[in-house]
Amino acid sequence: MGGSLLKPAILIGIVYVILKFVVPNIPGSAPLPSSLIFLYLMLTTTGIVIFATLSGESKDAFWNPIQRFMTGENIGGLQALRYAVLIVFPLLVGWQTYGSTATSDAPPAENRTIHPAPPGEYTGLSNPVAKTPENIMQGKGFYAAFCSPCHGGKFDGKGPAARGFNPPPANFSDPTTIAMLQESYLFWRIKKGGVGLPIEGMPWKSAMPRWEVELPDEWIWKIILGEYDGAHQSPRTWE
Amino acid sequence: MMHQRGFIQRLVRCVAESPAAFAAIGAFMGLLSLPDLSMAADSGGGAGAVAYRDVPVIGSRNLVWVIAQLHLLLAGFVLGVPIFAWLCEVVGWKSGEKRYDKLAKEFTKLLSSAYSTTALFGGILLFLLIGAYPKLMAYLSDIFFPSFMVYCALFLLETATLYMYWYGWDAMSEGRSKVFHLFLGFMLNVFAFFIMIIPNSWATFQASPVVIAEGSDMARAWAATWNPTWWPVNIHRLIANVVLGGYICGAYAGIRYLSARGPEEREHYDWMGYVGNFIGVFGLLPLPFAGYWLMREIYQYNQQMGITLMGGFLSWLFILQAMLIGVLFLGSNYYFWLGITHRIPGSELKYRRPMLAMLIILLLCLGVWMTPHSLVASLEEARKMGGTHHPLLGVFGVMSAKMTVSNLMILVTFMSFIMYWRAGKEDTATWAKLAKAVMGGVLVIAGLVVVVLGVWGYFVPAIVRINYFSTSQVLIVIFVMLTITPLTALLLKSAKTTTEMVWGKMPPRAGYSLVLNAIMVILLMTLMGYARSSSRVHWHVYGVMRDSSQYAFSPALGYAAALMAANTFFFCMIVAFIFWVATMGDKAKGGKDGHGKDEMGHGALPAMAGGSPTLDKQS
Repeated sequence: MGGSLLKPAILIGIVYVILKFVVPNIPGSAPLPSSLIFLYLMLTTTGIVIFATLSGESKDAFWNPIQRFMTGENIGGLQALRYAVLIVFPLLVGWQTYGSTATSDAPPAENRTIHPAPPGEYTGLSNPVAKTPENIMQGKGFYAAFCSPCHGGKFDGKGPAARGFNPPPANFSDPTTIAMLQESYLFWRIKKGGVGLPIEGMPWKSAMPRWEVELPDEWIWKIILGEYDGAHQSPRTWE
Repeated sequence: MMHQRGFIQRLVRCVAESPAAFAAIGAFMGLLSLPDLSMAADSGGGAGAVAYRDVPVIGSRNLVWVIAQLHLLLAGFVLGVPIFAWLCEVVGWKSGEKRYDKLAKEFTKLLSSAYSTTALFGGILLFLLIGAYPKLMAYLSDIFFPSFMVYCALFLLETATLYMYWYGWDAMSEGRSKVFHLFLGFMLNVFAFFIMIIPNSWATFQASPVVIAEGSDMARAWAATWNPTWWPVNIHRLIANVVLGGYICGAYAGIRYLSARGPEEREHYDWMGYVGNFIGVFGLLPLPFAGYWLMREIYQYNQQMGITLMGGFLSWLFILQAMLIGVLFLGSNYYFWLGITHRIPGSELKYRRPMLAMLIILLLCLGVWMTPHSLVASLEEARKMGGTHHPLLGVFGVMSAKMTVSNLMILVTFMSFIMYWRAGKEDTATWAKLAKAVMGGVLVIAGLVVVVLGVWGYFVPAIVRINYFSTSQVLIVIFVMLTITPLTALLLKSAKTTTEMVWGKMPPRAGYSLVLNAIMVILLMTLMGYARSSSRVHWHVYGVMRDSSQYAFSPALGYAAALMAANTFFFCMIVAFIFWVATMGDKAKGGKDGHGKDEMGHGALPAMAGGSPTLDKQS
């Protein structure tokens, strides 16, 4: 029954295999979380339903076997399978519902706010240190001394101490990190560290030290210059 | 059931026709509101000293939230519909095609019914704000009093114009009086535009205030009005109102189509559904550009607010937004494709492959758009990824990727429309081949450039991407539209129609997709309304007047989403009621004319829920 149902089923299977087993094995990649796999599979299913229902013929070819199977009309030896589906499917839904609502000792899926808003006093600050080769060089020196153990000598978040932290230290060479932010934001983060994050940024487990207790503001601004230069990124500006 | 329906209809007519009945209902409502008065008095003391009053059970903030949202949605509909109703009337007048005039009148009928409800909710909102937030309202009144006066005057003018426009439709249908009627429609839109932008100034002032301590009342009001986000919001809302109006009219037509009882009615509502969807799509195409501009202005105005919205706790709303917009794009394209398949017999095979290609592009783009920068992951999954940021797919989570795919989706939707426009026609112009090659070339090159700019955007400073790359992507898409639309129009001028378009043959699912589109737009507006309001966090007026009430916190996103869904449901119910009242007369007339249900043939049963055997067979 339902030769036209076979193609969609195979397609969904292929997409699942790609997401689950192929993408994670691409160099530099990692396993995808189930939330993302579910999202992409839903999109695939939506596409299948849309395409299958464009014309009367394709809709019938897609829908009639499902309808026949569910109503048990002329399905011959598949009756047992039908009863199995009718019993197992609601049980699966129930199990899934129970699993997602029951109390568990597993920590909840993280809904991390990656860039919480900075306090008002840190918005709109501009770097008071001139962007000269000397200051940049000095900033890189400070970076090497204080930041590179975690954020890495290549600004890629892979310092010798990085492995011990979850979440890992930020990779500054990634264009989706410091390149999206203004210098004032970095100043706030370096100065206040993980403990200075607002409630909005919770749950947060950043081990970033509160550098204001050890470094003067001028050094922090120089580190920012060095970071952007070393990571080959530019801060967000409005000019 | 029929008896009950008759009773309700009689009751509504009785109330509408009898001032006494209306007064009785008013008195009854007044009695119901007595506890509120006592509650307000309980909060007591001198009125000047009270900063906040609460409403039991639901809470003042929630109540204001619901009423404000409903008012805004109704206002969006009421201000959006006159734009295309008037344009339809102009087209009908210029072309001499009566069906456009009839359509414009039908749009206006919905408008006139919704207008009073909008004003009613505006009044309720005002009372609630004065009662629950007296200190804030005193502050806003102090600044905006001159514009309050202008707003009242505009409201009077709008109301008078709408009365003349609607009630004078038949009386001013010919000759010079028709021209005057068109002038009234134009003025209706002018007043509506100003009625929209004045309250926008109050709301945007709260988000991006400009406060001057000195100067006359007018100078202070003007400075506060011309705040940094006023025009971006004006433009965004103007376009969004057209989208909302178009899709709601489409949904109305979809429902009427599903319940149509004769071929003529079915043809009319099929066509109306098409026009509604077209208007919605027409507005939808520039809407992301306007939204991008608004967000850019917010970021530039205040980094903290920008980050709260796009990178902070509200950033999850933009993933929901991507999903809703995605469904809207899919729904609109699906409706176009159903139109090609069912209205133009024999075209299905010819267009099946292009439709599949478009669908795949749309889904891929939507996949990118919906991929968050920071993923929802369990502890174990996050460990495997090395954080909540996927090393490979994380690049989809930032604006360069989002802008690229939204532009591509706009291009695909535009081409869907062009394909629909050209379907069933054969080019006869000698230069047709060249024109098609040019159009194909423009489209392919534009698509490639949009993608290249999107990828390149990762390797340039943010300001270069924002100011040059993103705007170039938008300009390229606009260029494609401005090139292909006139070329297609010129080609079609001399084209031979090979297959006539047949109206009234769409399957029931086309009607449902129209309804789905409308619900998506409403959900989107409730979502973004919450985002805009919440971006002020614990401020009534950002950085100027702090919220010191018990509600000075941002509700959890799940809680907010539940309220958004409730608002959408309430709005749909209100709109359903308004449309039911608006069409009551038609139904009664239809019954008297002998089109009762009993007299219908078997094939003329309503198509609702697939109840029409004829349509089901065709679908």
